[in-house]
Amino acid sequence: MTDSALNAPARLERAPRARLWHDLSFWGLLPSRLLMGFALILPIFIIAAVSVATRGAYGGFTWDFNLAGYSQILFNEGWTGELEFTPQYLLIIGRTFLLAGATTLICLLFAVPVAYFISRQPANRKAILVYLVTLPFWVSMILRVYAWMIILGKDGTLPSLLEQFGFPAGMSFMFNDGATLTAMVYTAMPLMVLPVFASIEKLDGTLIEASHDLYGDRWVTLRRVILPLTAPGLVAGAILVFVPALGAVLEPTLMGGGKQMMMGSLIQLQFGGGRNWPFGAAIAMTLMALVMLFLIDTALRAARREARP
Amino acid sequence: MSIRHDVKRYPGLRPLTIFFFLYLYVPLAVIVVYSFNANRVAGVWTGFSLKWYGSALNNAALMSALETSLTIAAVATLVSTLIALSAALAIVRGKNVRFRKLSETVVNLPLLLPEIVLAVATLILFSLLDIQNGFIRLIVAHSAFCTPFAFLPIRARLQGMSLDLEEASADLYADRWTTFRRVTLPLIFPGVFSGAMLAFLISMDDFITSNLLATGGSTTLPVYIFSLIRAGTSPELNAIATLLILASLVLATAALLVAARGTRDNPDQ
Repeated sequence: MTDSALNAPARLERAPRARLWHDLSFWGLLPSRLLMGFALILPIFIIAAVSVATRGAYGGFTWDFNLAGYSQILFNEGWTGELEFTPQYLLIIGRTFLLAGATTLICLLFAVPVAYFISRQPANRKAILVYLVTLPFWVSMILRVYAWMIILGKDGTLPSLLEQFGFPAGMSFMFNDGATLTAMVYTAMPLMVLPVFASIEKLDGTLIEASHDLYGDRWVTLRRVILPLTAPGLVAGAILVFVPALGAVLEPTLMGGGKQMMMGSLIQLQFGGGRNWPFGAAIAMTLMALVMLFLIDTALRAARREARP
Repeated sequence: MSIRHDVKRYPGLRPLTIFFFLYLYVPLAVIVVYSFNANRVAGVWTGFSLKWYGSALNNAALMSALETSLTIAAVATLVSTLIALSAALAIVRGKNVRFRKLSETVVNLPLLLPEIVLAVATLILFSLLDIQNGFIRLIVAHSAFCTPFAFLPIRARLQGMSLDLEEASADLYADRWTTFRRVTLPLIFPGVFSGAMLAFLISMDDFITSNLLATGGSTTLPVYIFSLIRAGTSPELNAIATLLILASLVLATAALLVAARGTRDNPDQ
């Protein structure tokens, strides 16, 4: 019951308002708890169990405790059962982090100046520009990746264009980390610009003027005033881009080809017919743990920033 | 103050922004342009033709994938929006909700975890339970990961709304259901609509989960497009892509217009 209800003028009978919502919370939350419990939390426990299960002879798995799924990330089992260190999956984990980090960084480098420019436009034009940033995000992800396959691939737009300028014919820019990165940046860009714009938009312009009055030039103002004050938006954008980028599947599968895998495409491969489910589950658990560590670290840093006077 | 001395102005931002928008739209335009190419090799231009649109529209596999996607997206949108609406009402309006923060985290859980992890986890669950029906698998999984997308706009709308009108309705002896139907729902409708639109698009767009969980008879549109891309770029694929791009742009514009009108009409803003 709110204060206004208590202080309301006297009335003959108490209105039923007080009971308006009070016993709704249990039943209201029940459907979401049931759905998430069944389709999310239960599967997570199962995948944790499968990651320490034994690989079945014909695909699938049996419920025998076995750490082979995890040890396979680092070691290759020889014919006689001895373990030999192999860096191939560590390289995939490393590539995943590098590409996701590079995607976040490149998106930030574009998003900050573009969002700043948009925030300085008159209201009408600002609305249109924000709409134009949002629009490509609604186009199917697979089509946005496909667009870059047409541009970079063999007989693609870019090779044909370069041919006109005397470069050798038949060039292709596909099937390498650069191609994967290009598609990752393109698909993630709107996710970065919007939160960055939201926080730059709220920036108090008089603070920029104050910085200049105190003889701060544009660069100092950017570094000491604009960036620190918009940090929450930059962090939000970085999370929105970095976390999905760690789990990217389409970009490495289509642009990187079979050799340049990321963790997402490696996991997917293990769950194709007759592959190694416990190993796939172990990599999935590793990916989830890394994402959780990143999110917890970000939350702790944000809390510390808040706590500072 | 002349523009040259405007301290808030950074040089070079205008060309950078123009370049940025070209970068956003040129790749989409490339697909559209190539869809009109008469040549069978997608990248070699030989002349203007609309024939690929004809063959796209007569492609039975495409139409069946579209039907599958629309069916699953419609059911998943309905389920996830209803679940999100009831969760949002309980979390924002409920008195003494125990574990309010935790309940919210549970609803938003699909946003915190990489989709591929959830997809393989759900795949293991369904194979342990021996659920082989692709439609059931996809509807359950899509409903789960669409829920936070429906939840966030509805919660935002509810939080931005004061209790006055609902209390007035209760004071006038409207029962709880009447108050919800005649006062609360109309007021939060723009949030419910944006949430449902987002859920629908997220479901239509999903590849990772659908690709792992789909069975023979339940190929969705993105999964079908993936198989076409694997088979090699073709002008027919470009025509299909162009039609889909147009459809998403029209839907997105409609949704944004409704959302914008909703914000304008919000009595508390």
